[in-house]
Amino acid sequence: MLGEGILKGMVETAKNFFGSYFSAERLTTVQYPEERIAPFEAARVFPFLVFDQENRDGGGPEWEAGMRCVACQICEKECPPKCIFIEKSKDKKLDYLGKAQYYPARFDIDISVCMSCQICVEVCPFEAIKMDTEFELSTTDRFGGLMYDREQLAKSNEYYHQIHPTEAASVDARLAEAKAKADAKATAVAIASAVKAAEIPAKPAGGGV
Amino acid sequence: MFETLDQIFVLLQHWLVGFLPLAWQSVAGVLLSVVVIIGLFPALFALTTVFERKGLGRIQNRLGPNRVGPFGFFQPVADGIKSLTKEDIVPLSADVAVHFLAPVLLVVSVFMGFAVLPMGRNMVLVDMDAGLLFYFAIGASTELSVFMAGWSSRNKYSLMGAMRAVAQMISYEVVLLLSSVTVVMIAGSLSLTKIVEAQNHYTWGLPHWYIFTPWGLAGFVMFTIAATAETNRSPFDLPEGESELVAGYHTEYSGFKFALFFLGEYLAMFSISGLGTTLFLGGWSAPFSFLTWIPSWIWFFSKLMLSIFVFIWMRGTLPRLRQDQLMNFAWKFVLPMCLLNLFVAGLWRFLGASWQRWVFCSAILILAYIGMGLGEMRRKHIGPRRYRYAE
Amino acid sequence: MSFVFYILSALTVAGALAAVLLKNTVHCALALTVAFAGLALLFLDLHAQFAGFAQILVYIGAVAILVVFAILLTKGSETPKDGVFSKTWLAGLAVAAAVFAVLGWAVLQSTSRLPQDVKAPTVTVQQIGQSLVGRYVLPLEIVAVLLTAAMIGAVIIALHEKEGLQ
Repeated sequence: MLGEGILKGMVETAKNFFGSYFSAERLTTVQYPEERIAPFEAARVFPFLVFDQENRDGGGPEWEAGMRCVACQICEKECPPKCIFIEKSKDKKLDYLGKAQYYPARFDIDISVCMSCQICVEVCPFEAIKMDTEFELSTTDRFGGLMYDREQLAKSNEYYHQIHPTEAASVDARLAEAKAKADAKATAVAIASAVKAAEIPAKPAGGGV
Repeated sequence: MFETLDQIFVLLQHWLVGFLPLAWQSVAGVLLSVVVIIGLFPALFALTTVFERKGLGRIQNRLGPNRVGPFGFFQPVADGIKSLTKEDIVPLSADVAVHFLAPVLLVVSVFMGFAVLPMGRNMVLVDMDAGLLFYFAIGASTELSVFMAGWSSRNKYSLMGAMRAVAQMISYEVVLLLSSVTVVMIAGSLSLTKIVEAQNHYTWGLPHWYIFTPWGLAGFVMFTIAATAETNRSPFDLPEGESELVAGYHTEYSGFKFALFFLGEYLAMFSISGLGTTLFLGGWSAPFSFLTWIPSWIWFFSKLMLSIFVFIWMRGTLPRLRQDQLMNFAWKFVLPMCLLNLFVAGLWRFLGASWQRWVFCSAILILAYIGMGLGEMRRKHIGPRRYRYAE
Repeated sequence: MSFVFYILSALTVAGALAAVLLKNTVHCALALTVAFAGLALLFLDLHAQFAGFAQILVYIGAVAILVVFAILLTKGSETPKDGVFSKTWLAGLAVAAAVFAVLGWAVLQSTSRLPQDVKAPTVTVQQIGQSLVGRYVLPLEIVAVLLTAAMIGAVIIALHEKEGLQ
């Protein structure tokens, strides 16, 4: 009948109007910045560099010593808008597996250029760069304030666990597994070399008679 | 005590005017009422803008403005300051005199319409014998101001918006007049105070408002449709839709002149709701006979605000009508129903007070509505579009 | 001849003069609207409420808009190149003066015959309505037929280009 649609529509809007005072389903506004919705795990904004809390190589502040990045420059080459600038160091330091690796003397990301594509995260072989979820980054300095250097980018593994718990747990599991394998290999090598070293003096003692 | 409360504004006016010498008293009384109307209705307009924004927000599952003042109720103060301090841009090739006069004419004619509305018992500014005719005469001059606004901007889109607006307003003016004529027929007078008094009787506690009769209900619905179209409100706001012609005929207006157009539109909405209340909803009379102790002006303004809420509700619900749909609706559906309603009102009068008149009149109106409704809902064959150009 | 009458007639005459003297046609139409408004106020001054409001409703609300639409839809909105006055203005002035003289003589003759202190009859809208459907029903119906014929003619004129397309 003519006019039926109009009446049904008006009933629906009336339900919306009165329901908005009672149910949250009919009033979905979140009054930012007084109220915030909980961040969710798969959110990503700009990258950050992960550092492990265990101080590996002694000197320097914690974030510098435990940084996982070995300045392989793969992320710099893969970044589509080329917003990462890396300078390799001249000396090496030990990583979590005990190998001596280079480290980045300079690691800058221009977040006014970064498009949050996550390619740098996907290609990093060392689980050193991950996506952060912090978005309240406005600054009054248009150029320098949006160029983040090594120190600003370094955040701890604990922070990584806070923002991406499942991902961080799986990364930690992978790294622990690699370390365990490396340790097992090193122990086997050590035992083999120790056995070899123990066998050599036994031979001349038996061969003198 | 309640009678004093009911007449409190009248008594206040008499007391204030009593301080002046006798020769000046009537003029001073009228001037005082004029000042009150000029102060009250813009204040109501400010309140309505907040209600509209918050109401539309809630209908659309969001909050309206809520930062300025408690629950956002000082938003019109902020809006007023903004519109007063904005630069008044007049296009270089615009016709300056007409461009200036258009919003002035609109606001003046809309304010004049308030002079005949009875806002309470004995509370009319001017009690004219042909009050309804005066109201419609003044309403007709708003169309002229819309046209002046569109033409003087020297902007072909403004002009198109103005033409569309004038065409729409003229078509629906006929509907408005015809649906009010039924009330005049039954009440027997063009004077709005007499129309309200004719509705101020109660049978078994229920009032004799005209909306409770078959022809009155049909007339009220058609009056509401025509009122929405006359004031360019959704769903008839094609002339001023933001996505259609920027802002139609008031594109080239900024600052205070735009605020005057806005004010004029809302005041026209108030005055036409006031007229609809007076004609169909019984004006200042109470809905039940045991509620007559509540002052009459409270009833009038409650009914007015209720009509405003219905307007806001319709704005939040309905999509905009296209120009040809709007005109077809007016001339092919509403106008024939209006003429039929006139006939039914005549039948009502001549059948005298009986139960048969209820049955016959309702039956005729319902059958006609369903019949014409089926005609409108028929699937229209949309063939290739043919264009007709003006010669 | 009260003070109000002088003001209103000055307004009407000013509007009418502006309507013939202004260059821009739409300005002329709007000045004519002012003249209509002046006439309506004169009717109201004579306590003819119905005539005054009907004047506003019909003339300002419909005829003025019609005039303006007609100006816009034809090329009348451009300012005339040759000036406002035509070449045969002397003959026009003579004819206008003659018509004015005849009308003025007729009006003055009729008013001088009337007794001066007769009060104007107050005609209510009800009396107008009753005489329209009582004594003057035939002219009413003829006017209605005329209006219908005009509307049908307008629709036919607007429609005839459809046949051109078909």
